[in-house]
Amino acid sequence: MNDTSKFALALGDDALTMGQRLSEWISHGPFLEEDIALANVALDFMGRARMFLSYAGELEGEGRSEDDLAFLRDTREFTNLLMFELPIGDFGQTIARQYLVDAFEAPYFEALCNSKDETIAAIAAKVVKECRYHLRRSRDWVIRLGDGTEESHQRMQDGIYEMWPYVAELFEMPEYETRLAEQGIAVDRDVLRAGWEKEVMATLAEATLSAPQDGHAIRGGREGVHTEHLGFLLSDLQFMQRAYPGLEW
Amino acid sequence: MSNRELPLFEVFVRSKRGLDHRHVGSLHAEDHEQALEYARDVYLRRSEGVSIWVVKSEDVVASQEDDVETFYEPMEEKTYRHAMEYELPPEIKNM
Amino acid sequence: MSESNQEHLQATFDARVAAESRIEPRDWMPDDFRKSVLRQMSQHAHSEVIGMQPEGNWITRAPTLHRKTILMAKVQDEAGHGLYLYSAAETLGTSRDDMIAALHAGKAKYASIFNYPSLTWADIGAIGWLVDGAAIVNQVSLQRTSYGPYARAMVRICKEESFHQRQGYQIMMVLARGSEEQKAMAQDALNRWWWPSLMMFGPHDAESAHSAKSMQWKLKRESNDTLRQRFVDQTIPQAELIGLTVPDPDLKWNEERGAYDFGEIDWEEFMQVISGNGPCNKQRLDHHIAAKENGQWVRDAMAAYEEKRRARREAA
Repeated sequence: MNDTSKFALALGDDALTMGQRLSEWISHGPFLEEDIALANVALDFMGRARMFLSYAGELEGEGRSEDDLAFLRDTREFTNLLMFELPIGDFGQTIARQYLVDAFEAPYFEALCNSKDETIAAIAAKVVKECRYHLRRSRDWVIRLGDGTEESHQRMQDGIYEMWPYVAELFEMPEYETRLAEQGIAVDRDVLRAGWEKEVMATLAEATLSAPQDGHAIRGGREGVHTEHLGFLLSDLQFMQRAYPGLEW
Repeated sequence: MSNRELPLFEVFVRSKRGLDHRHVGSLHAEDHEQALEYARDVYLRRSEGVSIWVVKSEDVVASQEDDVETFYEPMEEKTYRHAMEYELPPEIKNM
Repeated sequence: MSESNQEHLQATFDARVAAESRIEPRDWMPDDFRKSVLRQMSQHAHSEVIGMQPEGNWITRAPTLHRKTILMAKVQDEAGHGLYLYSAAETLGTSRDDMIAALHAGKAKYASIFNYPSLTWADIGAIGWLVDGAAIVNQVSLQRTSYGPYARAMVRICKEESFHQRQGYQIMMVLARGSEEQKAMAQDALNRWWWPSLMMFGPHDAESAHSAKSMQWKLKRESNDTLRQRFVDQTIPQAELIGLTVPDPDLKWNEERGAYDFGEIDWEEFMQVISGNGPCNKQRLDHHIAAKENGQWVRDAMAAYEEKRRARREAA
């Protein structure tokens, strides 16, 4: 795989694992309207996964389709960031992850719209609109839950703590991505850190939540070193293709 | 633990520019902003609209069944407001 | 209310029904009608929402990303349809929470077909093709029901559901022309879902408790047996086309009637499932109750936040 292919694959894996996780909420939401809204977000991520994975396969040039990439790779070959694969937890944890990711992705995909790779730029242009809406929603929830009842405050705070060690990875780049950033195909993630911190700190303050001070970071997703959760996610995701190999559905 | 239900909102959608907003149903949300967002997810999953209004259901003031006679029937008698009341010579096709 | 006034209201109601006009929320309506339409709409809403479960159960395991996306959108539509129906029912002044409380207390029913398990991917095909197919036959007819908000919800739902049955049939089509395993999977799903689908139309007209009155009020526009026959007649050729066999030895074309004759439903099983003894009744209700309970703190938080915000506004 060339650099751009790896890059598309990584973004595809991010979207796929997040979409898969969010889809677990369907019929379990806290009320019907929110169930429907969460499904919409899940569908956005799944749509994004398909576009990036198809493109990764196309660039690779070995005839692998989006489905080959989604269903026939094992844990070590997945390159999503760890935060995306974590279990949904309670609604507070789901919202914590979503907000921290959305606050990164909205400016990230906006910047990626200028990618010198036309396909990546076109996908980013579509994705950025969704991201802005996701961010509006998840920010709103962080504030409502953080500044709601004592219980919701605690759950939201726990969610933020739970996710915090996985934040560092959002701003790190493997070598191939750095090379792509230099060529104007990818975006320098580190540049977005200050804006992200400003956004997140303001929201946490409004939500009466605190940001963890602990700098402990857990990383490894882009190198295929995952949490134990990914294996179980894949065994669900890939069940049909593994049990009935090579068939059409 | 409260047993209070989320407030009910009525949803109106303009399906395309140039048309009136039309009532499409209702939903529950905490406030107007959230009602607007849910309206998009609930009633516009197939891009059925370009603009949404949400109104708290309790703020809707409606005419009553008993008003039918006093409200509407007097209007029915004012047929002179309708164009078909005025016959034109057959030579004139449109007016 | 004076007696003559009561008669006048009843006469107005009857005239509206007779004239194929619609009864609207603020119109006067007989108590029995109100109860009946509320029962029917809430039951229909619960069916949509409980119906999310047997299919939702396959979302994380769908065999391709395209199929997964379709299934997510379909199950989400069902949530939407439940919502439209609750919304229509709420026009009668009963809250969604009350309707759901009745469901959880076992006082309100939902379509008994959702008490069967979805065991293989082919079940997703069979549910779309047969269960949605049967639901659509019923819903198309209900677009002309006499209660305005119900009729309008049905129009919207029918428009959105056109893809549901097609995607299910397409899944079956692909399986039926696939490997031996896939064919067997498709046939097995048809075998298990066929009779429950026929049961969806309810008891025979003669046995149906609410039917006569509902027909008179034009709440129900066509009888259970008429709708069931229509479903059978349209589905048999679809099964034949893809080489699947409907599990009914008594099934045969009746030239004289221009319709299929078919075997008798196992009404004992029907009664068992309706009365709570189907394979998944408890699981479905438990799932729904758990979602509501797990969401309680979220809904409480929304109320508390709104209260704080109001207090801040007033202080400012």
